[in-house]
Amino acid sequence: MYLDYFHRHSSMDQIYRQQILDHYQNPQNFGALENATHSATLENLSCGDKITIHTCIENDQISDISFEGEGCAICIASASLLTEEVLSKSTDTVANMTYDSIQDYLGITLSPSRIKCAHLALLTLQEALK
Amino acid sequence: MNFPLLKKNKKLHYLDSAATTHKPKEVVDRIKKFYTHENANVHRGIYDLSEHATQMYEEARKSIANFVHAKSEREIIFTSGTTDSINLVGYSWIWKNVFEGDTLLTSQMEHHSNFIPWQQAAKRKEHVSFEVVKLTDNYQLDLDDLEAKLKAHQPKLFAITHISNTLGTVNPIKEIVAIKERVSPHTKILIDGAQAVSHILVDVQDLGVDFYAFSGHKMYGPTGIGVLWAREEILTDTMSPYRYGGGMIRSVNISDSTWADLPEKFEGGTPNIAGAIGLNSAVEFIEKIGFSQIQSHEHTLIDYFFKKLDSYEHISLHGLKASKERIGVFSLTIPGVHPHDIAQILSNNNVAVRAGHHCTQILMRDVLNVVATIRVSFGIYTKKNDIDAFFKGIEDVFRLFPPS
Ligand SMILES: Cc1ncc(COP(=O)(O)O)c(C=O)c1O
Repeated sequence: MYLDYFHRHSSMDQIYRQQILDHYQNPQNFGALENATHSATLENLSCGDKITIHTCIENDQISDISFEGEGCAICIASASLLTEEVLSKSTDTVANMTYDSIQDYLGITLSPSRIKCAHLALLTLQEALK
Repeated sequence: MNFPLLKKNKKLHYLDSAATTHKPKEVVDRIKKFYTHENANVHRGIYDLSEHATQMYEEARKSIANFVHAKSEREIIFTSGTTDSINLVGYSWIWKNVFEGDTLLTSQMEHHSNFIPWQQAAKRKEHVSFEVVKLTDNYQLDLDDLEAKLKAHQPKLFAITHISNTLGTVNPIKEIVAIKERVSPHTKILIDGAQAVSHILVDVQDLGVDFYAFSGHKMYGPTGIGVLWAREEILTDTMSPYRYGGGMIRSVNISDSTWADLPEKFEGGTPNIAGAIGLNSAVEFIEKIGFSQIQSHEHTLIDYFFKKLDSYEHISLHGLKASKERIGVFSLTIPGVHPHDIAQILSNNNVAVRAGHHCTQILMRDVLNVVATIRVSFGIYTKKNDIDAFFKGIEDVFRLFPPS
């Protein structure tokens, strides 16, 4: 039934806990990146979230990264957290990352349509590395 | 009024009736009864079960013809929904009636399903142009721009929504027809009635239009069934079928085929029989309540909604204030908070609203200048406590995202 489905997700105060709101209001690594070697932009067609990732790859490692874009709190916070998470990781590691890692560091369970918001930044980064 | 889903989910505050309405017990029971006791194909068998199914299906057509005040039930074509109805015109009518040098006209407030079919028809045909009527600052169709474009282009077709699914604006169709009669009398008018048929009385003859399209699922009926109404002479004289198959032919020869009469000519393949019969129950349900009751309920809620909204200076409304020219469909934004987050917080309060572009990207981008809004919409079952729950949820939004 509808309500059973509903209660499998995190509660509102979990979803919008302080860490996520902080990353939304003060996103880390936000802006252009002068020394970027790879960039990509992806959009979430159903809602208009839009993320651009710039990254600098040296010796197959992410040596610098930034993002720009517009979106909901989940989308922006997840992009901000991602840029912190992947810094100095190898491109192989990033290419193999899945939504599970995002869910781990976001620490919340989202409904299918919100997963798209949270997943966008990782997909954009992976696109940039292609 | 018994809506089984709402009865089972007492905590749910469903404010997304513009997307689809819930179904009253009468409709659910009717469909169940059809599959349990009456199931057979139509226009095929001479056994009793099939004769009965055919009769029910054709009774549905008659009752829908009465519902929109069509001249005859031959003018009612069953489709799978508004989108399908408009595409039927977009192929079949365009094919034999629109040629080089012609223009197709629509408006900035259209749902994609009443925009893309004309845009693409214009691209498919050589040298057919596509024009779009603007809106006024008050979110209404700009009748001066309409008159100018009708005069300048003498379009073959003007396709316009009866009620905007994003703004809630009711378009003055009779006034539009009068302008057209004056400056471009040969233009045909197609109305997208998806949002209208469950909110206001529709009389296609009185409106003076040529085509009228709507969906069952937005008027308390099932999904997968819809209607195209068109004037009989247009359907017979100027339109050929574009979907070929069983049930729509008179005779088939190797070199060519001839078509059945109206309305079968446009209903190739086994139709959505249960859908049509379920839609008939939805029509009976609406008629039993009556449009004066529906409207007074809706306008009471609209007034209540605006009274509450007035105390929130940080919520922007994209649409008309309280007025007879609107229905209970409201697009709202809160500066600094993404509509997805608003909808999520409301959802956690058991309040269901839509967030997004509502399939009206032209309107969002070129008129409202936003990427998305949340949309609150009312139905026959909406109560004041649903509106209270919405504003209670909004308090949570402001708690988590304090206005700066
Ligand atoms: C104004 C309008 N036109 C057309 C449609 C398309 O209806 P359907 O998806 O039932 O074909 C909708 C539904 O969203 C609508 O609101």
